[in-house]
Amino acid sequence: MKHLLGLREISKEDIIKILNLAKDMKTILKSETKKTPHLQGYSVVTLFYENSTRTRTSFELAAKFMSANTTSISVQTSSVQKGESLLDTVKTLEALKTDVLIVRHSVSGVPHFIAKNCSFSVINAGDGMNEHPTQALLDMFTIRERLGTIEKLKIAIIGDILHSRVARSNIWGLSKFDNQITVFGPQTLIPPYIENFAYVASSLEEAVSGKDVVIDLRIQLERQKRGFITSKQEYYKFYGLNEDIMRYISGSTLIMHPGPVNRGVEISSEVMQLPNSTIDEQVTNGIAVRMAVLYLCTRKEGIYR
Amino acid sequence: MILIKNAQIVNSIHDKNEKADILIVDDKIEKIGKDIEENPDKMIIIDASGKYVMPSFTDIHCHLREPGFEYKEDIKSGSRAALAGGFTTICCMPNTNPPVDNRAMVAYIKYRAKEVSPIEVLPVGAITKGLLGEELAEIGFMKEEGAIAISDDGKCVMNANIMRNALLYSKDFSIPVISHCEDTNLSEGGQINLGYVSTITGLRGIPREAESTIVARDILLAKETKAHLHITHVSTKESVRLIKMAKEWGVNVTADTCPHYISLTEEEVLGFNTNAKVNPPLRTQEDIEALIEGLKEGVIDCISTDHAPHHKDEKNVEFNLAASGTIGFETAFSVLFTYLVEKNEFELRKVVELLNQNPRKIIGLPPNVIKEGEKANLVIVDLKKKWEVKEENIMSKSKNSVFLGKLLTSYVETVIYNGKILKKDGVLNC
Ligand SMILES: [Zn+2]
Repeated sequence: MKHLLGLREISKEDIIKILNLAKDMKTILKSETKKTPHLQGYSVVTLFYENSTRTRTSFELAAKFMSANTTSISVQTSSVQKGESLLDTVKTLEALKTDVLIVRHSVSGVPHFIAKNCSFSVINAGDGMNEHPTQALLDMFTIRERLGTIEKLKIAIIGDILHSRVARSNIWGLSKFDNQITVFGPQTLIPPYIENFAYVASSLEEAVSGKDVVIDLRIQLERQKRGFITSKQEYYKFYGLNEDIMRYISGSTLIMHPGPVNRGVEISSEVMQLPNSTIDEQVTNGIAVRMAVLYLCTRKEGIYR
Repeated sequence: MILIKNAQIVNSIHDKNEKADILIVDDKIEKIGKDIEENPDKMIIIDASGKYVMPSFTDIHCHLREPGFEYKEDIKSGSRAALAGGFTTICCMPNTNPPVDNRAMVAYIKYRAKEVSPIEVLPVGAITKGLLGEELAEIGFMKEEGAIAISDDGKCVMNANIMRNALLYSKDFSIPVISHCEDTNLSEGGQINLGYVSTITGLRGIPREAESTIVARDILLAKETKAHLHITHVSTKESVRLIKMAKEWGVNVTADTCPHYISLTEEEVLGFNTNAKVNPPLRTQEDIEALIEGLKEGVIDCISTDHAPHHKDEKNVEFNLAASGTIGFETAFSVLFTYLVEKNEFELRKVVELLNQNPRKIIGLPPNVIKEGEKANLVIVDLKKKWEVKEENIMSKSKNSVFLGKLLTSYVETVIYNGKILKKDGVLNC
């Protein structure tokens, strides 16, 4: 057992293992008691340097459903600057006998940095623009559940590819399964060399046409100030999943979004409510996937040796 | 007296390599010839059979961190590390605390160096007061006190008017302006080269234009002002191209690059290795090829180390908080040999030009030469020795080498400065 730092560094077999186990975990979620003893006696800490109620709650519930002792620490960036370094924090958590640390940080590579400097398991809950592995795993889980496979599909990822850890984890994860990946977004948000990993479409129409899955990404509205995008309105018109673009998307195409959604910017409320939209399901599946990851990271016979 | 027997002398790009004995009396080379008589009672005899003897090296860009950051390095430890790498003249950058932006600070560095350094330390003064890029520092006074160049290294003089005036003003004092070319609007927030690795790691990228647009700007300013512009730590192919054009254009521009830019790519960063975080960032194979081509053609005049020591605590942190820079004194020669000479990019003689003649010319010093009557400033290197760069072997106070764990070929075994053996068979003697 050890860490889940990203999908780029783990194997296809490990991903399948997680997804299969998540399926079992989902049945537990559906049961009335929602309690298993898998993590009894384990200390699971969530350390979030960025606000995210959604991801944190999902991890905490996953740990609690498995009977772990959970503690959550949220750190304001300002108090970080007051002195205690991340390394100090990690050493303290180690002394406090943490078994699993779930960490979110605005800097890419922080979970790797922690893993290098500690003895406990580290699960990456989102690091900078690098990876958000459990989000991609839950996307893959959702796709497999809906379409029966995660292989040889046509998948489009739309929006801020440059800053998106969700996009990266999805690309690394889905690429291991022979899927055809297309990306599209404003040129300012398409990172260099992404063509080595995905086809870069030249229009939204082209990007979404004939796809099995369309993953829409959240756009950070602050990007406007730094010149990446111009305005919400313009974004919605040219890059948003609105009624116009739905003409190019078939009724069987899954429409996914990691949430939280900026309604009327990335996607319209109408599109969100279509039967092929999986946005709410993704949230539920997230707990199951995180239960699976927690389980495997605390087992010697788990995926990490 | 010192007698070096059977020395394979590599003097300069123009000379033929000659094999001879070298007799050193006091601080000078008394005689070079075949079979100089040995007198073991009166002289130290060094057998250099199978080894090469070259003039000692000069580094026009390094950071000694004194005053202000002695926990990273100081003039003494830095000089010893330089010496270990075969350097006997080094020019230290002014971004200390307080910065070297006035006459008294230049005097202080010279005074401290005289006290504690076994080699020659030449201060570089600031271009602007406080390195703030706003008002020109007292360039004349600093030159009078012994500054050999001016630079705001670590920062770019973003105000083009201030840079233009610095170039104009420097002419009265015949002092080169060393430019750290980085458009900080383009590089802001960036951690590594913008490219393949930034895309796959999600680390913020610094576009190559952050360097090259300022190179272009400074070339234009140097052209009009006819001042001596020196562009330091060149890292991109576009910059090489621009400097080449500028030279063809007759602009008084010189340039250096560093060992790490001609040997390692951005991929060193993979795994979030903060020792590979340097500024400008490590680039790509294409850039390496362009830089090597630039060195071959003389577009890039010399090699500097940009020796930038940082404490472990400043590197073992989140990537964005990690300090930029790698130490470089002790690996410089071996890196050039391993990555260029051994790979037949050019001859060993060329290294002498890059580490001795050309850097010295840029700062107005005559070259060290191994010749009768000249000062005895030389190194003896074993070109066959292979060694792994390991923390425990580093002389510098800081161990932040981007070459840690790399296997290098060739080693500077012995260093003689002004007739004194300061390093012998790998051991410092000072
Ligand atoms: Zn610099």
